[in-house]
Amino acid sequence: MAQQLGFHFDQTLCNGCKACSVACKDKNDLPVGVTWRRVAEYTGGTWQRDGDTFVPNVFSYYTSMACNHCENPICVEVCPTTAMHVGEDGIVTVDEDRCVGCRYCEWACPYSAPQFNPETGHMSKCDMCADYRAEGEDPACVAACPSRALDWGPIDELRARHGDLAAVEPLPDPSITRPRLVITPHRDAQPTGAGAGAVVNPEEL
Amino acid sequence: MTTQATERPRGLERRSFLKWSAAAGGTAALAGAATRFGVLPGVGPANAATASTSGADKVVWSSCNVNCGSRCPLRMEVSDGRIVRVLPDNTGDDELGTQQIRACVRGRSIRHRIYNPDRLKTPLRRAPGTRRGAGEWEEITWEEAYDEIASTIRRLIKDYGNESIYLNYGTGTLGGTITRSWPPIETPVARLMNCVGGYLNHYGDYSSAQIAGAVGYHYGGWIGSNSLDDAKNAQLQVLFGNNTLETRMSGGGETFVTQQTKKLHNVRTIVVDPRYSDTALGLADEWVALRPGTDAALVAGLAHVMVSEDLQDQKFLDTYCVGFDEDHMPDGVPAGSSYRSYILGEGPDGTAKTPEWAARITGVPASTIVRLGREIGRARPVHITQGWGPQRHANGENQARAIFTLAALTGSVGVPGGGTGEREGAFSLPMANPFATENPVTTAISVFGWTDAIERGPELTALADGVRGKDRLDVPIKMVWQYAGNALTNQHGDINRTVKLLEDDTKCELIVVIDNQMTVSARYADILLPDVSNAEQLDIIQQGSAGNLGYTIVADKVIEPLYDCRTVYEMMTEIARRLGVEKEFTEGRTQEDWVRAVVDASRETIPDLPSFEELREMGVWKVRAPTDSGNVALADFRADPKANPLATPSGKIEIFSKQLWELSRTWELPEGDRITALPEHLDTWEGAVEARSNRKYPLQVIGHHFKQRTHSSYGNVDWMKEAHPQVVWINPGDAAARGIENDDVVQVFNDRGRIQLPARVTARIAPGVLSVPQGAWYTPDGKGVDVGGSVNSLTSWHPSPIAKGNAQHTTLAQVEKA
Repeated sequence: MAQQLGFHFDQTLCNGCKACSVACKDKNDLPVGVTWRRVAEYTGGTWQRDGDTFVPNVFSYYTSMACNHCENPICVEVCPTTAMHVGEDGIVTVDEDRCVGCRYCEWACPYSAPQFNPETGHMSKCDMCADYRAEGEDPACVAACPSRALDWGPIDELRARHGDLAAVEPLPDPSITRPRLVITPHRDAQPTGAGAGAVVNPEEL
Repeated sequence: MTTQATERPRGLERRSFLKWSAAAGGTAALAGAATRFGVLPGVGPANAATASTSGADKVVWSSCNVNCGSRCPLRMEVSDGRIVRVLPDNTGDDELGTQQIRACVRGRSIRHRIYNPDRLKTPLRRAPGTRRGAGEWEEITWEEAYDEIASTIRRLIKDYGNESIYLNYGTGTLGGTITRSWPPIETPVARLMNCVGGYLNHYGDYSSAQIAGAVGYHYGGWIGSNSLDDAKNAQLQVLFGNNTLETRMSGGGETFVTQQTKKLHNVRTIVVDPRYSDTALGLADEWVALRPGTDAALVAGLAHVMVSEDLQDQKFLDTYCVGFDEDHMPDGVPAGSSYRSYILGEGPDGTAKTPEWAARITGVPASTIVRLGREIGRARPVHITQGWGPQRHANGENQARAIFTLAALTGSVGVPGGGTGEREGAFSLPMANPFATENPVTTAISVFGWTDAIERGPELTALADGVRGKDRLDVPIKMVWQYAGNALTNQHGDINRTVKLLEDDTKCELIVVIDNQMTVSARYADILLPDVSNAEQLDIIQQGSAGNLGYTIVADKVIEPLYDCRTVYEMMTEIARRLGVEKEFTEGRTQEDWVRAVVDASRETIPDLPSFEELREMGVWKVRAPTDSGNVALADFRADPKANPLATPSGKIEIFSKQLWELSRTWELPEGDRITALPEHLDTWEGAVEARSNRKYPLQVIGHHFKQRTHSSYGNVDWMKEAHPQVVWINPGDAAARGIENDDVVQVFNDRGRIQLPARVTARIAPGVLSVPQGAWYTPDGKGVDVGGSVNSLTSWHPSPIAKGNAQHTTLAQVEKA
């Protein structure tokens, strides 16, 4: 079996600029409303006031997220037409010839990775830029990141280098689908389920 | 804590590093560069010919030229004459000084700016008899447009003189050289006007008017601060409102430089800002939240701690500065005028600037000020820089000078790891510009004063309005050129008032707008000339701020001009012909000839610079700074202040400026405005103190720079509006008091205007403060509510006292659910 691929995301370097997201849209010519890589802002904290003065106790960090090409891809499991399938390298792709646009995969995926493209009537999603990888290039999002916060490669190598953390707010419990994703956490990163903050930009996701 | 360069890790290990390394080498000229600066991996023609996977016909180097302070090369894939994809720089590596200059989100969306539905397609004239700004146009030919502009220029020069023609501020193509839209003197429009006697000039700019106005009195001229990579040599870094991770987002510029410097050297960083900016989020070990416009009060409080505990660098102050204490004052000044006297309450106001005093003004607790005063006072050296938020206030000059003064108190000026308290400097290439010519007119107004110069013209004086070159303007502005800019309406103060002024075409008789988008300013043109985008013409691009990396980009013509658009060079050539000065304007050169001339002239000062042909093939040419110690401002002055005096009257750093002391007694200021010789905190109109007593408008409004746009550029791009929608930031406490929840649509308003947009209820902003991302496109609905959410619907025309600059962060308002 080929090496299983995944993403590494360094949360300490992300400034939420979304160059990754827009580079993906540019590469794949995606319309507004279809965004394969998205960036969540997770923010929380309080202010202490004392008369005219105040002290913040605030945290905030970003999480850039595309398809995580999960070990247990629930999108593949629920697809009634077998359009959603896994390649030898673990990359989950959608066969648009078979997809009928029923959107079960979108509903099932805890990361909202498969996205319905109203222009084609089919689901669409990240394939980690298979064409670029075939030519020895980085995926568009990785090559775009001004902060060098994104990387990709064999997930075993990424985990050996960066650990295997993927349970960071606001992401779902990784035991659901076992994402091939490694996160280097921001100093204020909250564990999944901690509930100390909130996604403050839901309209952008 | 300092770390030697040799101990630095090699940076991130990247998959394609081997490929880049293998590509190093290149042309003979590049080998020459390598001798001097070391081999730059992957910088060469071999990289320009990257295979395309989109089936594109070719890949052409272009760039993003907007005014963010960064500058990024872009590789554009073209298929059937259309740009189908935009790729990032793929030369260099992830090392500081040889880094890839990866474009930010804005540059990556440029395809939707080039092919935007707002693109102007053909010359337009305001329909006869319609109100200016009503949006009623008639199509005209280029010849009609040129004829009308030329004949009006002729008439105005004859009737009113050249000073009646004004080149308005515009920075939409700031990165270009032949297409450059600012400073006015370097624009193709200025080149034309200079051939027929010149134009009314301006000084300052909307970004940095007050700091630029202050720095001359304090340091004798613009000196910058140490580069941000030099923070590695510091014991402590303090950023006052310096938000590189949002304002200078380039992955080759200061976002990359600051992040890598922090990652490699981990110097403790304090960010002072009313917002928990992305720079605070990414770089800060501590965030100090203060009320807008109170930095000078915070510095005074810190200085009180330092002076009380004798933590200031007295030897530095004695040797290099004037005005810190009573023993080092200029002649003829009353006792008690020194900064030390001001701090200790021994000056005219009799108030000690204790941490408690500063706490009441700034909102920062006294205990925090004591702790920070000790920390800053004991650290050596301290790397202090400021962004341009603190100075964009009604007391902006003093804010800027106070931060300079803090740098002096720590004795960190002119040494590695230190800084001047100015905006960061950077290494850059000394590119020549033979295209620029001299303006025969020497009269100038403040950049923010043009609306007054239309409205009140000859009433504007040197003493009251900062007119330079004359005691008083002779004539009002009768014609405005607006090239690649949106300050005609959108980026100026008080848009509603500005629009009313422009609607009256008996005052300013002709407004010519040259742009490629139907901007808010373009709506107020009499004649609209459709410009090409940067992808539709050749130019040589000046670099952005990038730490220790110098570079230049040849941005080629990627596609043919869209629609009936023409280059600004062609437009000016045609108008020059009608004014009988074509030969003087062009000197017989095409645009490409001029780009070649820039390269040739630059090769005289940069011997390793490749030829035009080589640069064109390479796209981007990079040079690492020859020294690894960072760009240190005022190093010569520090080493030998007698041999290298500053351009101030004393030759020293003037914490007390006698020049300002004299201005404070001679200039005519509106009631309440003050000029002070020391960088004192000033409570101002609509300031932090007034906010607490103003029942109608109790909230301070600032306009932070936003990731969606560079000022207003990219503000009409659908991908950008989706990625970074316009929202007003409000503290949860202020929101709760008004029943506002996250994402609720709200209206922010004062007596000048009303805007409508969603609320971002977030703890990332200080209580009592609203931040409306500046630059959104003004879009009034039928009731006069700006549903575009432009902060300038709320700001004023009231200029700052010294620079007469735009105090656009000094604004009070109220907010309510829509």
